[in-house]
Amino acid sequence: MRKIGLREVEDIALGASLLGAGGGGDPYYGKLMAIGAIKENGPVELISPDEVPDDAVIMPIAMMGAPTVLCEKGTGGGEYKVIYDMVSQYLGRQVYAVMPMEAGGVNSMLPIAAAARLGLPMVDCDGMGRAFPELQMVTFTIGGVSATPMALTDEKGNSVIFNTITNKWTEELARAVTMSCGGSVTVSLYVMEGRTMKAFGVKGIVTRSEMLGRAIREVKNHPEKTPEQAFLDASEGYGIFKGKIADVLRETNGKFNLGRVQLEGIGEWRGHRAEVCFQNENIYASVDGEILATVPDLVCLVDTDTFIPVTTEALKYGKRVLVVGLKCYEMWRTAEGLELVCPRYFGVDTDYIPIEERVKGGAANV
Amino acid sequence: MYKLGIDVGGTNTDAVIIDGELNVVADIKHPTTDDVYDGIIAAIREVLAASGVERSEITQAMLGTTQCTNAIVERKHLASVGLVRIGAPATTGIPPMVDWPEDIQGVVADYVMIRGGYEYDGRELAGLDRAAARGFFERMRGKVQSIAISCVFSTVRADEELELAALCREVMGEDIHISISSEIGSMGLIERENATILNAALCHVSRRFTEGFAKSLADEGITNAEIYLSQNDGTLMTMEHARRYPILTIACGPTNSIRGASYLSRLSDAIVIDVGGTTTDFGVIQHGFPRESSVAVTIGGVRTNFRMPDIISIGLGGGSIVRERPDGTVTVGPDSVGYEITKKALCFGGDTLTATDIAVRLGMADIGDASLVAGVDEGLARRALEAIRGMVEDSIDAMKISNADVDVVLVGGGAIILPGELKGASKVCDPEHSGCANAIGSAISKVSGNFEQLVDYNVTPRDEALDAAKAEAVRLAVEAGALPETVEIIEVEDVPLAYHPGNTCRVRVKAAGDLA
Repeated sequence: MRKIGLREVEDIALGASLLGAGGGGDPYYGKLMAIGAIKENGPVELISPDEVPDDAVIMPIAMMGAPTVLCEKGTGGGEYKVIYDMVSQYLGRQVYAVMPMEAGGVNSMLPIAAAARLGLPMVDCDGMGRAFPELQMVTFTIGGVSATPMALTDEKGNSVIFNTITNKWTEELARAVTMSCGGSVTVSLYVMEGRTMKAFGVKGIVTRSEMLGRAIREVKNHPEKTPEQAFLDASEGYGIFKGKIADVLRETNGKFNLGRVQLEGIGEWRGHRAEVCFQNENIYASVDGEILATVPDLVCLVDTDTFIPVTTEALKYGKRVLVVGLKCYEMWRTAEGLELVCPRYFGVDTDYIPIEERVKGGAANV
Repeated sequence: MYKLGIDVGGTNTDAVIIDGELNVVADIKHPTTDDVYDGIIAAIREVLAASGVERSEITQAMLGTTQCTNAIVERKHLASVGLVRIGAPATTGIPPMVDWPEDIQGVVADYVMIRGGYEYDGRELAGLDRAAARGFFERMRGKVQSIAISCVFSTVRADEELELAALCREVMGEDIHISISSEIGSMGLIERENATILNAALCHVSRRFTEGFAKSLADEGITNAEIYLSQNDGTLMTMEHARRYPILTIACGPTNSIRGASYLSRLSDAIVIDVGGTTTDFGVIQHGFPRESSVAVTIGGVRTNFRMPDIISIGLGGGSIVRERPDGTVTVGPDSVGYEITKKALCFGGDTLTATDIAVRLGMADIGDASLVAGVDEGLARRALEAIRGMVEDSIDAMKISNADVDVVLVGGGAIILPGELKGASKVCDPEHSGCANAIGSAISKVSGNFEQLVDYNVTPRDEALDAAKAEAVRLAVEAGALPETVEIIEVEDVPLAYHPGNTCRVRVKAAGDLA
C-alpha cells in the first residue's frame, strides 16, 4: 500500500496519455477531478493486487461518452456514491476497492477521484493496459467475466443497472443511454472478485503509468544519453520513425474518429515516409509501405522535443513526432485476446505479429 | 489620414506613423519607462516630430501592450472577483481554480456553483437557479468590484449567462464590471472560466491603460483619432471592448511582430525570423496571420484555452559568443554578451568574439571598427557562419509544413549575422523599418469575428453548417467595426467529436476585415 497524492496524480496523468496510444481522451479534466477529490478528502491508498482478498468485491470505475463533453460538464462528484450504492445493493455485498478499467487516457483518473470521495483504496491494476474504443475489449472478457451488471449514472441523478445477454448489447444499450443523458456518464462494469482480478488483470499498470509520466518529465536529466534514448529506455519502446506531419486526413463513420496521418522523415529518417492510421486510438504504423506495428501493441506519437504524447485530436501539419511502439499486455497476444483486438477487427488486413518481430529486419533497421 | 501605432515592450516603446496607403512615414524607438505613459508620450512626440504629420490628421491610434500579462504574472493591481458558475449538478466535481497556484487564488473573494447550464445540444441541463444567483450577488454587493460568470456549454447557448449578467447589474448596480465566459473563451469549461476570472480581475488594469492611453493622446493634442488595442490573435478591438475584455490583449507582442513583418515584406505566407541580441524567434505567417500553436496557454500558472502564435526560440543573436573547440569545430551561443555588445564585442574594442564580429569579419556588415576583427582567422569565421547557417536552416525546416521552399522575412536588429542565402528559403527578404515591426503590426491590424459551435452533420449538412458559421463570423467582424466589403474568412476548422455517436463536429470560423 502506498499513497497517491497530487504529485503522483500529475505523473500518472502524463503516463496515461502515453498509454492512450493517441486516444482515450486528454487526461487533463480527469486530473482536475482527481485533484479536486484529493484536496477535499486527502490522498488515495493504492494497493497492489496481492493485498486484495480473493473474495473481495472490486468495482472498476470509468466514464463513457465523448471527452469533449466531459471537458464542459466534468462530473458532479456525487456519481461515485450513487454507483457504489447501486452495486453494493445489487450484489448484497460490500465493495472492497475501486480500480481503473482503462489505464490509458482520461479513464485513468476517474477511479482516483472515486477512491478519494468514497474513502476506498484503489487497486494497481486495469483491464486493458492501454486505451481501447469498445467496452468488451478488456482482458476480463477473455476470463469470461460479464460486463454486467453494469451501473451507470449521470450527474443529474439518473441511474440505470444493465443486465444484458452479451457485452455487445451492453455497449449498444449503454451508448444510447449515454447520449440521452447528455453525452458523458460515469459507469462501473466488470464488477468482480479479487481472484478474477488477479487472474486476468493487467497488474501494476498504475505504477507503470506513474513511472512513464516521471520518465517524460525527467527525460532531459540524463547526461549520459540523449533524451530520445532516455525516453525509449524508460518506456521500453521501439523507435519506429521520426518525422514531420505532412498531412492529416480525417473522416467520420458515425461512430469513430477515423483517419490517417502522413509523416515525412527527418534526421536519420530523411527521405522515408510513414503513415499512422487511427480509429480513436492509433491502429497501425507503416514505414515506406511496410507495417511495423499494429494493435494490440501500442502505437504512440510523441513530440520530438518534449516527448509529451500527441493525441489524434491534436494532430497538426508541421508537428514533429517520434512514432513509438510499446508491447501490449501478454494476454492480448493469445488467441483469445486477438479474437477481441486483432488488426482485422479494426479493418486492417494483416495478421498480428508482435512489434519486436516486426521491427526485426524491417525498415526500422535501414 | 494617418495611423499611429505604438508597441510597449519590456525594453523599448516603439512608435510608427503610417499613411492612408499604409506606407511607413516615420518610426522611432524610445526606452520604456517605469510609468509607461511617460514613455508613450515621449514616443508620440518623437514620431510626430520625425514625420512632420499634423496631430489633427491622425485618425486611428493603436496600442499593443503587455500590461495585462505583467499584472497577472506579477499578481499586481488585480481586482477582487466574485464568481458564479452555472452548471450544478454537473461540474461540481471540479471546483473553481482547483489547479491554480496558491498565490493567485486570492483574486476570487468568493464563488458559488448554482444549478443550470446546457447539454451539448442546447437542452437545459438543470434549470437556472435564479434565487441562488440573486442571493450571491446581494452578498457580494460592496465586497467585490468585478463579477465573473461561467456556464456549462455557454459556447452553445449563452442565454443564462446573459440573464445573470442583467440580474447582477440590477442587484449590484451599473458600475459593477461583469465578465461572461461565452464572450471570452472557447470549448472547455475550466479554461474558459479561468480566462473569465482573470479578465474580471483585470478590470482596474484595463481601465487604467485604456484611459491612460486616451489621456496620453489627448494631452498630445491627438483628438480626432479612434483608439484601438491589439489582441493576441493579430486583430484589433475598440477601447470600449478592451475595457471589458482586457484578457484578450495578452501576448499580442509576437503576433504584432509577425504581422508587421508580413506587411513590410508584402508576403502573406512566409517564415518570419526575428533576430535579437540573445535569441532568435521563428514564426509563421499564413494568409497574413500568425500560425497558432496547438498547445494550451498558461498565464502566470493559470491554464486558458487561448491560442498563441506558434513560435520557436533558439539561443542565437547578434551578441552570441563564438568559440572554437580543440577539434576545430566552432560553436555559436547559446550564451550572449546581450546588451553589453557595444562594450564587449571585438568590433567595438572589446575582447569577446561574437556573431556580430563574424559578420563584420566576412564583410557582411559594417558595424564598429572592421580593423579590430581583421586578426580573426577567416577559416574560423567561415566555420562560425556555417554553424549559424545550420542552426537557422534547421529551425526553418522545423517550422515548414511541407518540403517546398518558403519565403523568409528577416526582422530585428541582429539579422545582419545571417547568411544572405538559406537552404529551404525560396527568397530572403530584409525589409526597411524592420526594427519597428511590432508597432507596424499593431497599426495595420484588422478587426475580426470568431464563431464556434457544435454541429451534428446528420441534422445540418456540413456545407450548410459551415456557411451558417461563416455568416455568423462575418456578422461578428462587422459588429466589431470591420468594413463589410473587406471581410474575409481567414480560418475554418471542423473536428469530429471522438467517442461520440452520430456525426457531431466542433466548427470554428474566424473572419477579419479592415477598419472603417
